[in-house]
Amino acid sequence: MTTIANIPNKSQAVQASSVPAIAVDNVFKSFGDQKVLIGVSLTVGRGETLAVLGRSGSGKSVLLRLIIGLQSPDSGSVRIQGSDIAGLSLDQLGVYREKMGFLFQHSALYDSLTLEQNVAFPLLHHNSGMSASELSDRVQQLLKEVGMEGHLDKMPANISGGMQKRVGLARALALGPEILLLDEPTAGLDPISASEIDDLVLKLQTEHHMASIVVTHDLYSAKTIADRLILLHGGKVAVEGTFQDLQDSHDDFAREFLKHS
Amino acid sequence: MSDTPSLALDGQTPTPPGPLPMHNESGSKWMITIFLEWFGDLGIFAWRVLRAAVTPPFEFRELYRQLDEIGSKSLPLVALAGAAIGAVLAMESMESMTRFGARSLLPSALVYSVVHEIGPIITALVVSGRVGAGIGAELASMKVTEQIDAIEASAVNPYRLLAATRILACILMLPLLTLASDLCGLVMGWAALALVEPLSFHQFITSGFRGSDFNDLLPPTFKTAIFGLIIGTVSCYQGMRTGGGAAGVGRAATSSVVLSSLFVILADVVLVKLIIIFFP
Repeated sequence: MTTIANIPNKSQAVQASSVPAIAVDNVFKSFGDQKVLIGVSLTVGRGETLAVLGRSGSGKSVLLRLIIGLQSPDSGSVRIQGSDIAGLSLDQLGVYREKMGFLFQHSALYDSLTLEQNVAFPLLHHNSGMSASELSDRVQQLLKEVGMEGHLDKMPANISGGMQKRVGLARALALGPEILLLDEPTAGLDPISASEIDDLVLKLQTEHHMASIVVTHDLYSAKTIADRLILLHGGKVAVEGTFQDLQDSHDDFAREFLKHS
Repeated sequence: MSDTPSLALDGQTPTPPGPLPMHNESGSKWMITIFLEWFGDLGIFAWRVLRAAVTPPFEFRELYRQLDEIGSKSLPLVALAGAAIGAVLAMESMESMTRFGARSLLPSALVYSVVHEIGPIITALVVSGRVGAGIGAELASMKVTEQIDAIEASAVNPYRLLAATRILACILMLPLLTLASDLCGLVMGWAALALVEPLSFHQFITSGFRGSDFNDLLPPTFKTAIFGLIIGTVSCYQGMRTGGGAAGVGRAATSSVVLSSLFVILADVVLVKLIIIFFP
């Protein structure tokens, strides 16, 4: 039987860079009385993949939304390639968002558009010089990359959850992002589909060499695709390091988390 | 990010107001607070939409789609409503004006009523029902399924793509739909009169518009652009601020229709007075 301990670690060279692709520094975020993030800090270098683990409601998805600017921190800073994105207007934020791809937990495909139109959406809005044939070729290439060629005219409601994730991933990759944010890429999928998504993410990261953050509950997935991880608990980072560091941790929550994974 | 984003003014689903306090004084304060918050948020929303609308890139493709959706597809309904009201107004007026010995003024009264008030307000209310509910439900559904977040994450300004295009389409199409409604109302009004006594359409129009000028036609028609602004803005706002799943979508659709209809009627009171003052 495969256990967490004997899954091979991801062997991907991590490019060193003086400026991290993503730097979150001492971020606090509350919703009403509920403190979701309490002084969370992390950095992700170019070409590096960080897994964010934690229980449901521990603020993992909020952290991703802060990084892409869908929500703003109460205090602390979020830097993308060295630039603080606090206080930017939507159009100014757009400059940074063009460098980021975001896969939503429930894929968030546009339900009135076909799969082809979904993937073409970012390209249409950011590559006005692209001809119709170039656009079509690019969309087909992206869908092929995620194994969804031949489904161009289908509507999102008519495909499975796993297929939706693939199309969501193709859309996230459309603008050739330097940063990839994945919110629960394998949540709700059967083990085979989840494994396929993991393999796909790993392949894409190897080919495109993006800085990535993967939010997940799935330790197997985290170990497969991530270089480092952080474990969130009570709004704080309980453990940060490699998978081995998590296994060696004396933190009670980390032990509990590993025990039930 | 004080200057930005989020559609619920910080990317959060707006907290629904708590239960209405039972005590009268605190109940009044609660109502006033909710009222002021709603208007304040609406003002911020409108400002963001305005700023997005006047800065490039412009979303002409989506605007064209919305012009079709809001204009062309509302035309049959608006024409039918205008025609029915024109016929009813003619039949009702015939009876009362005959009683007061003013039957010869019937075409003028009909034209005046339809062009000045009935056509614009009926058009606005019909569009408010059809388009307001559609916009509210569509945007609310997109909000609760994170599709609006996905648009933002794709570095596209949702205020520009979703709100500005719909509001502008409402502003542009309402006067045109009103003209169509007026025309159908007058044709059916004439038909209702002609069934009772011989009257050619030419005679009806000549008699109806005698003594009228553009001041009688243009201001009442173009005031519907303001109605379009109200319908578009309120419906987009209600849709994009919603939360709470399917129930939230339903609430957004209902509140879009109710609030936009209400504000159209209230705005009409002010606009009629302004038209009387500035276009005597």
